[in-house]
Amino acid sequence: MDAIILQILNGLDKGSAYALIALGLTLIFGTLGVVNFAHGALFMIGAFCAVTLNRLFSLSFEVVDPTKLDFLGNPAKIKTAYVEAWFGQDFGAAIIDWSVPLAILFSIPVMLAIGFAMERGLIKHFYKRPHADQILVTFGLAIVLQEIIKYFYGANPIPTPAPSAFTGSFDFGAMLGFDVGQIIYPYWRMVYFAFSLVVIGAVFAFLRFTTFGMVVRAGMADRETVGLLGINIDRRFTIMFGIAASVAGMAGVMYAPINSPNYHMGMDFLVLSFVVVVVGGMGSLAGAVLAGFLLGILQSFASMNEIKSLLPGIDQIIIYLIAIVILLTRPRGLMGRKGVMED
Amino acid sequence: MTRGNLTRRGLLRTGAVVTGAGLALPTIFTSRASAFTNDPTGDTVTLGFNVPQTGPYADEGADELRAFQLAVEHLNGEGDGGMLNTFSSKALQGNGIRGKKVAYVTGDTQTKSDAARASAQSMIQKDGAIMISGGSSSGVAVAVQGLCQEAGVIFMAGLTHSNDTTGKDKKANGFRHFFNAYMSGAALAPVLAKNYGTDRRAYHLTADYTWGWTQQESIQAATEALGWTTVNNVLTPLAETDFSAYITPVLQSGADVLVLNHYGGNMVNSLTQAVQFGLRDKVVNGKNFEIVVPLYSELMAKGAGDNIKGIFGSTNWSWTLQDEGTKAFVKSFGTKYGFPPSNAAQTCYAQTLLYADAVERAGSFAPCDVGAALEGFEFDGLGNGPTLYRAADHQCFKDVLVMKGKEDPANEFDNLELVEVTPRAQVEYAPDHPMFAGGELGACNNGA
Repeated sequence: MDAIILQILNGLDKGSAYALIALGLTLIFGTLGVVNFAHGALFMIGAFCAVTLNRLFSLSFEVVDPTKLDFLGNPAKIKTAYVEAWFGQDFGAAIIDWSVPLAILFSIPVMLAIGFAMERGLIKHFYKRPHADQILVTFGLAIVLQEIIKYFYGANPIPTPAPSAFTGSFDFGAMLGFDVGQIIYPYWRMVYFAFSLVVIGAVFAFLRFTTFGMVVRAGMADRETVGLLGINIDRRFTIMFGIAASVAGMAGVMYAPINSPNYHMGMDFLVLSFVVVVVGGMGSLAGAVLAGFLLGILQSFASMNEIKSLLPGIDQIIIYLIAIVILLTRPRGLMGRKGVMED
Repeated sequence: MTRGNLTRRGLLRTGAVVTGAGLALPTIFTSRASAFTNDPTGDTVTLGFNVPQTGPYADEGADELRAFQLAVEHLNGEGDGGMLNTFSSKALQGNGIRGKKVAYVTGDTQTKSDAARASAQSMIQKDGAIMISGGSSSGVAVAVQGLCQEAGVIFMAGLTHSNDTTGKDKKANGFRHFFNAYMSGAALAPVLAKNYGTDRRAYHLTADYTWGWTQQESIQAATEALGWTTVNNVLTPLAETDFSAYITPVLQSGADVLVLNHYGGNMVNSLTQAVQFGLRDKVVNGKNFEIVVPLYSELMAKGAGDNIKGIFGSTNWSWTLQDEGTKAFVKSFGTKYGFPPSNAAQTCYAQTLLYADAVERAGSFAPCDVGAALEGFEFDGLGNGPTLYRAADHQCFKDVLVMKGKEDPANEFDNLELVEVTPRAQVEYAPDHPMFAGGELGACNNGA
């Protein structure tokens, strides 16, 4: 029982990432009709926003300390972060320590700008092209983006720790009556799960309860009619692209302490997130979120030693098996609508 | 009696053929006698450095390439000479190799066997490389070593730690300076027993490819020989980034040690997540839970940050050593690049010098002559103490370093501290040891 609870918990944080990426993918597909294979790269760039802000806060000046030697035996240069010099050591250290949550604020304008630039500069030219063309150009864009990141940040993962207040784990075992230490779950993963629920809720609320959201939903249902009413739906859809990019970016920022960011992390999530979108139903926001959590938890279960001893390699294919089963029984996915990608 | 139909034209034709053959024969015999692939006939000799310039090990590859470039400079008499000044063999004079200026070409392995073979083949066929070096993945090293054997060029392996490289996949044209998984186990296990006791239950997470398998086998054998038991060994996909689903079962397994047979980004992620899940804070079987990373690299240590503190592992070499060879190399490398070299860089630098030195001592670029000069070669002054290139399997035998993540680093490069220099005798094994069985060196191949 304790193993099952642990795997459910494990699946939640991965499912959160799938859900957030799939949500953005669905937003873009639902509004612009574009299959965006560069969306994983946006998640990765978000994670590197956390790295960048951490590095900016850690920018230092050097003072030569003749009492210490560097690795070549020369007088060592001691680094002091500017923020510590400006705001005092404790407050400056706290700013660096909290760089990941603060990177959320940093990432929103950055990702909006990248989203607008991508949509206006490249993707809008492919609206009327076949989906295969869109996939090729966005996949190529993803490779370009990850190579740019690798050029500036290198290929190795970059440690980006969560604030020290969130280090350590919560003991669910003790709370649920199991042995102490049997079911533990890192605090930051709990934060990530809660954060994803907040972001998903905010996106749904934005689409549901604002005039802008109402127009976007109307445009998703019938673009031509909304256009005939004199509303510039293209502009709103461009903004939605920026918002989807920001959601992916925020998901990446908060994921940085879970998996040290590296240039390839977007690709690792991209394919599975597409499966999530298809399983959830193309164009269905609720389906994307539901399928994200569902597949995250199932993947986690499939990684259990007991299951792998019965079915070796099942953890690598479980998501695809589930996708096959669901598409055979419900061809439009869990919550897909008729007519989407069926022409 | 018949009379031959001798005509003036026939005589001229026959004479021409005989004369031509007479002129050509000695050349054919001569060239057959010494022909080998990419015999350098001009003023330069070209070496091929095949490293991952893209892909997950690109940072290791970049450091290897820096070392290769530094070695070429030193061979050509540029810079301060580095370890040429401390190398026990004095055959190298800083005037290139056999008087020919050293040039080089680079290839990108992408950490993929097929891409690595393609780039090595291109360097051999198109660029005329007479020796290939490089690495960062044992799968790649084994593949490229096989290609070099077929092509008739020497392969001086870079970073490759699998037992198979000089075990079941060894080749006569391939030589490895780097240590291997068996040596890691032999060096590490006594230190683990000394620090953690002999009554331990280990749980292994292992990268699912040749290096991971042989490392796990080596560490398991070495620790079980000292009294440890192995609770489980779980293979993890090489592409995995989130190890949480693999780590949580450790909590319920009754194990009190987690051995991470992971390298590069795999290791950074699995270690970080193991620490996040509080494994290092646990007490199991009345003992503190411990994590072991059998193969360390400086770049990985940097990537793992604070999580590596206090964790034991092994390395082939460390820039913190105080022998003259190491000091000379760190000075050259650090002055040129501004940071200390990794142990991947050191092995690539040493391999380049060892190849050049073997050519000088052999008096020939022919791979079989160079191989013969390397076989059984004893040397010192390249940072690892007295070292033997064993003839039986082309594996270098030297001291192995047991390292520990430093608790209080003095600077950003000061991630690992030296715990023990394990003497060469402790990590030696018979050429027919079961972990290395199944392959033959075969005959050396001059190619052409």
